[in-house]
This record gives sequence, structure tokens and C-alpha cells, in this order.
Amino acid sequence: MSENQPILALDNVSKIFGRANQPIYAARSVSFGLHAGRTLALVGESGSGKTTAARLIMREYHPDEGRLLFRGEPLGKASAKAIKAYRASVQMVFQDPFSSLNPAHTIRYHLERPLRLHQRQLGGSERRAAAEALLERVKLDPKLIMGKFPHELSGGQRQRISIARALAVNPQVIVADEPTSMLDVSVRLGILNLLNDMKKQDNLALLYITHDIATARFVAEDIMVMYAGQIVEWGAMDSVLDHPQHPYTRLLLAAVPDPDRRFDAAQPGELEQIETIRRQSALPQPDIQQVGENHFIRPIPDMVLG
Amino acid sequence: MSAPVLSIRNLNIDYIGAEANFRAVKDVSFDIAPGEFFGLAGESGCGKSTIAFAVSRLHRPPALIRTGSEILVDGRDVLELDKDALRRFRWREVAMVFQSAMNSLNPVLTIEAQFYDVLHTHKGMSREAARERAAELLKLVDIPPDRLAAYPHQCSGGMRQRIVIAICLALNPKLLIMDEPTTALDVVVQREILQRIDVLRKRLGFAVLFITHDLGLMVQVSDRIGIMLEGELVEVNDAQTIYRSPQHDYTKRLWASMPKLHGDQIRPEAGA
Repeated sequence: MSENQPILALDNVSKIFGRANQPIYAARSVSFGLHAGRTLALVGESGSGKTTAARLIMREYHPDEGRLLFRGEPLGKASAKAIKAYRASVQMVFQDPFSSLNPAHTIRYHLERPLRLHQRQLGGSERRAAAEALLERVKLDPKLIMGKFPHELSGGQRQRISIARALAVNPQVIVADEPTSMLDVSVRLGILNLLNDMKKQDNLALLYITHDIATARFVAEDIMVMYAGQIVEWGAMDSVLDHPQHPYTRLLLAAVPDPDRRFDAAQPGELEQIETIRRQSALPQPDIQQVGENHFIRPIPDMVLG
Repeated sequence: MSAPVLSIRNLNIDYIGAEANFRAVKDVSFDIAPGEFFGLAGESGCGKSTIAFAVSRLHRPPALIRTGSEILVDGRDVLELDKDALRRFRWREVAMVFQSAMNSLNPVLTIEAQFYDVLHTHKGMSREAARERAAELLKLVDIPPDRLAAYPHQCSGGMRQRIVIAICLALNPKLLIMDEPTTALDVVVQREILQRIDVLRKRLGFAVLFITHDLGLMVQVSDRIGIMLEGELVEVNDAQTIYRSPQHDYTKRLWASMPKLHGDQIRPEAGA
């Protein structure tokens, strides 16, 4: 596989809800690729379509337009066997560690089940050893944790279990949808560092979905900003954050809490201006403009580049 | 400094257990001046919400405020109030915006009915008078008065949050307590709401007790900040000092756990 071929790619994918005469684009002409050993951050406010992108990758939604490519092959009409292999290769870590684990089962069950489904050649003792190794990888003590139920663990511990469960099937791609937003700031970094270590050790391709741009910068090399179903700006992390070109990206970055800037009262006309930016950014923008070495935007009308 | 609007002295709160009690708030003392924006920060379980509830005596068993504790609002000890006095005190002197406040509106009542509820109960207002006052209050938070006829589900999350704030301001409280008021909202809406609160407190003169675990946000909006750790108030100072020269080790570690948007990235050692 060439250096530049992504493991997984969305090619001009749209997902449409609503009625035929009044379509709502939850995703509009979305294209991106996930590369081995790299993390791509997808940021945007609630309702921007971030989770729709994740669901398209997980095949919970099927694209209304465009294609999902796995190792360069379109996945549209793949066989059941190919789909199962795909599921073992692409795993997800969910936002809420309190509802993504089954309260009626022990941690052992959560970790052994994917092994039982996807690695049938393993015998019982091998499976137990594999589950223990998984817990050790996410820095939890198997002796203490294996027999416990989810409610006996903290939020951070539960999220580590979710990561261990995702790793159980030796995936190539992990989609993490807001994995730290329900955790305290003091344990967030531990989870982000863990994801980073796993990425390096296993050469994983990671899609990190978040509305917290500061944590996106902490884990990812590349970033995409999504609004109203469209990716409005994307490219290398520091290029986008230090020189945002799209008005919506600037709006989003200006709203990120920053202790160096005190809040000022909204200027006259500021709220109207925000509304204008939002309205224009939500319109379909087929053009793509390159604004830096690895930095692109979908410009909106009357946009002045600065 | 003029006489504080809120003065907490030696506050001790236990959660009573079958075998042992758990002390959630340990000997906490601080003041909030009239019109001041005071931030209380700390991670979950550190006791910050327990304090917020205690200030308007909304704490429930097994929480127990130990004798010797004092919570003075405008010089009056809240812990001494009888049932009737407490009814008059709540909302009129201290109003509270809860965490997920946008879900604390009643889904089967219109916005107008929820304003009427407060204005009628506390001020005996008629429907017409309440409608007029409600329209005024909505204007304060930039919501057109025609939304009075709407039900909560017809409003966005940010709008619902602003409606709750407007209801809180209905009786001109001296102190507004906000417990993680914007955690469920995205950053653009969060900024709009906090800007709005900042303008209103300067215009109307109420003080704010703001609780969050987002230290960056807190420094941006607060005048002074208190840092809590395991029930103790470990550091209190003005916001810029907490940011630029934190004294307590825990405050320093909190800052070290916040990723940065520009410049050098933090590299905390493993296990920090």
C-alpha cells in the first residue's frame, strides 16, 4: 500500500434526511481519508454532522451519495464476509462510558466477547490471557478489574475499558466520538495519552471527533472543521488553528475559552454578523480553495481572505 | 469592600452514612461582594455543588450541615431561617441555574406559564402583569416576546438556557448561583450566554457564584476564583493571579492538565 493511500476514506459522501422536497443534508459532499499512524480531528458544534460522519464510517448509515472506500475498495456491495472483516478492522469508542458498557456484565465479558466473535481460533485459556493483556495495555490491573461490573468503576476507568474492547480485535482504524467530554479535566489527558500510545504502538488510523479544539490539538496532526454537514476548512493542525481562513472557523476559535482573553460584551452588530456567517456557511459550497501547503477551505460569498 | 452579599464561615457538610460519615465540605470560608463574579472550580466530587445547594438550603438528607457553620446572605444567617422565611428568601434573594438547566423547564407548560408560576407565587401578579414582566425579562436575554407562547421543545438548547436565566432574574435576586450552566452547550452558544450574564450583572448589580471545572473559561469571566480539592478550599485569589501565578500545587496541576490552543503544547509526565 502506498504511503498516501488512506486505509479508510469517504469520497464525496452525502447523507440526507427529511422529505424529498425538503432535504436536510446531515453530511454534504464529505471527503476525507484516515491514514495509518495518524490522527485526524473532526471538530464542530452540536448538530454540525460530526456524529453522522462517524455513523457513516461505522455503517450505521449508508451514504445517499458518494462512496466509502476501505483500502481503496468501495464497500457499497461488499459480501457479508468482507463486511465482518471490515467491522473487525474499524472500531469505535463512544462518548458516554456510563451507557456504552452493559451494566449486567462483568468487564471480562466485555473484553472476551469481541475475541469470541472475531478470533474464533482462540481457546478458553488463550482468550483469558488475551483479555488480561488488553487490560494491562490500557494500564488497568486485571486482578482488580476483570471480575468487576461497570458501575464499580470510575468514568475514566470505564473509558479505558471501552478502548481495550475496541483494541481486542486488532483494528486498523478507531473512531473516537467525544471520548473525554464526560470526564473530568484531570483524567482527560490520561485517556488522550492512552489513545496516542495505542496509535503509535499499533500504527492505527484515528478519527477523533470533538467540540473541544484544545484537546484536538493535543492528539491530532490534522483537523477538519465541520458546519451544517459540510467540512468548511481542513488541513494541518497548526496551520488551521494559527491562520484560520474561513469565517466560521474564526468564529469557533474566538469562542474557545482562553484565559489570556477576558470576555468583552458583544459589540453592536456582532450577533447579526455571527448570524450572517452561520447562514452563509450553511449554504452548499462546491468550490474548494487551497490556502496553504496543506490547508483548504470552502469559501463563502464575499469572503475576504486575511 | 462593601459588606459582602454572601459570606460563608466555617462551613462543614457531611453525607451521613450507615457506618461512617463522609465530609464533603471541610471548613470552607469565603465572601462574595455585591456585583462580584466569583468562580468556584474543582473536579467532580470535590464538594462545589454541595456548597451551591447549601447556600439556598436545597441540600437534602443524607447531607447535613454541621453546627458552627454559617451562611450569611446580606448579613442574615440562612441556616436560621424558618420555613416561611425560607420560602420568601429563595428566588427573591438567591436564584439558581442548575447544571442541565435547559432540561429543568416543564415540557408541558408554555414559557409564559413558567414565568407566571414564579411571578404569581412570589409577587401575586395577575396573568396580564406577569405577561408584561415576562416579555421584559425575555428581552434582557435577547429572546423576542413572541416566544412566550412556545413550549420548551420548540426552543434550542441555548435559548432554553437563556429562558431559565431570565426566570432566575424575575425577582431581582442579589445572588445568582450557576452550577455548570453551559456544560451541555457548545462553545459559541456558551460564549454568548456568559457575555450576556456579564452585561446583566453590571447593569442590574447582582453577584454571581459560578461553578465549573473549565478553568480557562472561569478565568475569562470571573473577578475572583476559589479552587476546591476534596472538600477543602485550597486557594482563593483574583482570576489573573490564579492563572498567572497559582500558589497551590493542585492549582498548578490543574493548569498543567489543560491542553493549549496555540504555542507550546503541555507535556505532562506519565501518571500526572
